[in-house]
Amino acid sequence: MARYLLVRFFGFVFVILIVSFITFFLMYSTPGGPFDEKNMPLEPAAKANILKKYGLDQPFYVQWAKYMVNAVQGDFGISFKNQVPVKDLFLKYWPNSLLLGVLSLIWSFPAGIIFGVIAALKRNSFTDYFITAVALITSSLPQFAVIFFALAVFAVWLKWVPYGGWIDHGGSLSTLILPSIIFGMGTVGSLARYTRSGMLDVLGQDYIRTARAKGVSRAKVIFKHAMRNMLVPIVTLFFPVVTNIVSGSIYVELGFVIPGVGRFFLTSIFDRDYPVVMATVLIAAVILSVTYLLTDIAYTILDPRIKLT
Amino acid sequence: MTAQTLNKIQQPIEQAYKPLTPFQLAFRRFKHHKLARVGVVIVAIFFFTGIFAPQISPYPYDKTSIQVFYAPGTLPGHILGTDDVGRDLLSRVIWGANTSLIVSISATTFCLIIGLVLGFLSGWYGGVIDYVVNRVIEIVGSMPGLLFQILIMTLLGNGIFNVTFALAILGWPGWVRLVRAQVLAYKNLEFMEASKALGASIPFIARRHMFPNILNPLLVFISFAVPGYIVGEAGLSFLGRGINDPVPSWGKMLADAGQYVSSYIYMGIIPTLIIIVIIIGFSFFGDGVRDALDPESERAAT
Repeated sequence: MARYLLVRFFGFVFVILIVSFITFFLMYSTPGGPFDEKNMPLEPAAKANILKKYGLDQPFYVQWAKYMVNAVQGDFGISFKNQVPVKDLFLKYWPNSLLLGVLSLIWSFPAGIIFGVIAALKRNSFTDYFITAVALITSSLPQFAVIFFALAVFAVWLKWVPYGGWIDHGGSLSTLILPSIIFGMGTVGSLARYTRSGMLDVLGQDYIRTARAKGVSRAKVIFKHAMRNMLVPIVTLFFPVVTNIVSGSIYVELGFVIPGVGRFFLTSIFDRDYPVVMATVLIAAVILSVTYLLTDIAYTILDPRIKLT
Repeated sequence: MTAQTLNKIQQPIEQAYKPLTPFQLAFRRFKHHKLARVGVVIVAIFFFTGIFAPQISPYPYDKTSIQVFYAPGTLPGHILGTDDVGRDLLSRVIWGANTSLIVSISATTFCLIIGLVLGFLSGWYGGVIDYVVNRVIEIVGSMPGLLFQILIMTLLGNGIFNVTFALAILGWPGWVRLVRAQVLAYKNLEFMEASKALGASIPFIARRHMFPNILNPLLVFISFAVPGYIVGEAGLSFLGRGINDPVPSWGKMLADAGQYVSSYIYMGIIPTLIIIVIIIGFSFFGDGVRDALDPESERAAT
């Protein structure tokens, strides 16, 4: 295990270095820069000074290396646009994304599992077909279309929720109800489908029949014997969803005007705020890699037959 | 009894006993899938609209007029009304299908080719090729998809070709993984050994023995990938990092409608509903394809 983790750790460092290098390269080659040449022309000397201040006069790989050395120490540079450390900006925006993510997680995971179990138990009934069809639809619909539709129905037509979202209404929890429903909808759908097929697989096993035959109650068989084997598909889905939540949803944050990291990333890329873009991609990549590792480790704990090599 | 009538009786009997090919069996399963029937109609309409957009679109997609903001049904000659600069919404929706079709089919083709080639090479030869391919997959897999697509689009600029590239360059690892897994599963089976022992060349084995065995999971994958790329394109266009004006894209139509939500809601509702219907159609279709081609999953699913 220790050797495995060590190998994985070096793989992780390698991947992050490459990803950050590619990101840096993409930003570096992007036409345009942080200067507004047309409306605010600069003296060449002044421009050179500014370039020097932000280290933009050095070769590209030197900039990258310096950035990475600082990033490892928790210093993600200073935002070009806001003139404050990127770290502070993240500390400001991230909690909002996390709040939205947690709100969507706490309802969507239980709901997905419950719907999946119901569908499996009532297999081939109307309930099953209904749940399967709805799950198929919700797991495949694009968020931005759903957001627009929801805003049109609930905000404009029925006026149940305020239009304009968070910023216009001071970040009250009620403005987060609709976003968290939409954010969690896809999870409910895919989780219900995973749970249903996993449950059907397990229920067909001999040991379930044996347990029923020796007199264990139906509920106990489902929740104790079958559920334990359901954890693998749940974990498969859990970590990608957590990644989504931590990195924020661009569409949801944009549609409901929530000041989170996803929205912040988008505005930063429009503003050519390189340090912010770099930091966002870097952090998201780290989270993604770590969740892959955690998923693999979780598998071995849940199913001892899976061996890490 | 003449020979002719005998023939007439015998023919159906022979036909009835003719064993069905796996494809016919799959087709029969597909036909019995109720949702898939709905899906296939929607998908067919989408393809037809996309291909024949130049013929069936009533107006050019970029023809503006002073008749702006007409809701559906209020302006004769414009069934779905007009948008903020007086362009016919029906024509734009039809041409939007064309854009979606081009992007999704090109991205699928690109990924399919990469998936088949790299997947076969890394699965069949293993060793260094497999190691390198797997490391590259790991790197691409660790790139946050949407963020990178936006970055790439910012670098390359908007346009149909660039959107396709941005979707495909981050989308191929799944295809390689699928093909590689299939190749690994079949590589050491007896019929492969036999073919090798008989002196078949590797391209021949790949084409004749490997490909048919990869085909079924690949078709299932394609039927889910195409709507994925449709959504990807619409999403990037929605964020302003996709197709350029005046070429229509459903995502961009939706984004354009954003500022008129409270006054001219139909402008956004039309593309929204169309995206939703198309994606639902594709997912029903894909579900049917999976149940038809993969009896294993059907057993689990029904």
